[in-house]
Amino acid sequence: MAFRDFRLGVVDMLPLLIAFVPIGALWGALAAGKGLSPAEAGLMSAGVFAGASQFVAVELWHDPAPILLLAFTVFIVNVRHFLMSASLSRHMGAFPKGTRGIAVYFMCDEAWAMAERRALTQELTLAYYLGLALSAYFTWLFSSLAGAVFGAQFGDPAAYGIDFAFSAMFIAILAGFWKGPRTGAVLGASALAAALAKLFVPGVWYIVIGGLAGVAVAAALYEEEAVAA
Amino acid sequence: MSVDLHTALAILAMGLATYGTRLGGLYLLRFVNVRGRTRAALDALPPAILMAVIVPSVLTTGVAETVAAGITAVAAMLRLPMLVTIVVGVVSVVILRGVL
Repeated sequence: MAFRDFRLGVVDMLPLLIAFVPIGALWGALAAGKGLSPAEAGLMSAGVFAGASQFVAVELWHDPAPILLLAFTVFIVNVRHFLMSASLSRHMGAFPKGTRGIAVYFMCDEAWAMAERRALTQELTLAYYLGLALSAYFTWLFSSLAGAVFGAQFGDPAAYGIDFAFSAMFIAILAGFWKGPRTGAVLGASALAAALAKLFVPGVWYIVIGGLAGVAVAAALYEEEAVAA
Repeated sequence: MSVDLHTALAILAMGLATYGTRLGGLYLLRFVNVRGRTRAALDALPPAILMAVIVPSVLTTGVAETVAAGITAVAAMLRLPMLVTIVVGVVSVVILRGVL
């Protein structure tokens, strides 16, 4: 049962894993270009495991590494994970005691989105979640190591549209959350707030700002309905 | 295969900062009574975050990405399997990048 769920998680994640490979390799090659050894690049993929923030970190990288700047920047880029793991914690009821803290260590955007998608239709099990998260973790780790050792053998992921696979996946998952006009209002608010934040707020706060705007609208609409009823 | 101590410290700091965001979220709702309006608000969190991830990236990358996102959205609304939806998105962006 547990193994079947784990395998199902890996299989559901497979299209994304394919997209992880060239992007991980590209990151590894960029890291090597900045003077990181393969071991150091692997250590970063294993210890940070957050693609967008790793690209930003490599961009900022110089020798000696600006530790505080890197840690602070990576924190800001990953602030969205507060909201993601908070949301996911509501679906971790079936996880054995003491496993949640370890489980979220391996949570990336893609595994989070797939887990939320799963929780829409059935109970999320630890095994299924680990199938998603661990397959992503090790694919990212090994492809970034390969990139650091051999260079970006796959060339530019954009040439194959691989970079767009993540957007397409998020769009596909988003459709499953549609519950009618109220979802439309939530998404509209989120889209508008995120777009404005992207234009006017430096950094990557737009994800958090858009997410909170959507939540605010959902809360407001709930009240309206309660008053009407 | 060498690891510089200073580099290792930088990676450790980055790793702790990232894990902090992931772990912190688990405690965010610990004392929140998830009912009624709070529940409705939290139910909106995943789609709202997804939307906030998607929109700026597909709007600011280029016209090809924006149009491909629209095509992908149609495929998604038709409830095509996820893999098919992703392939539709990736193929359209490759074609559109070639054309536009």
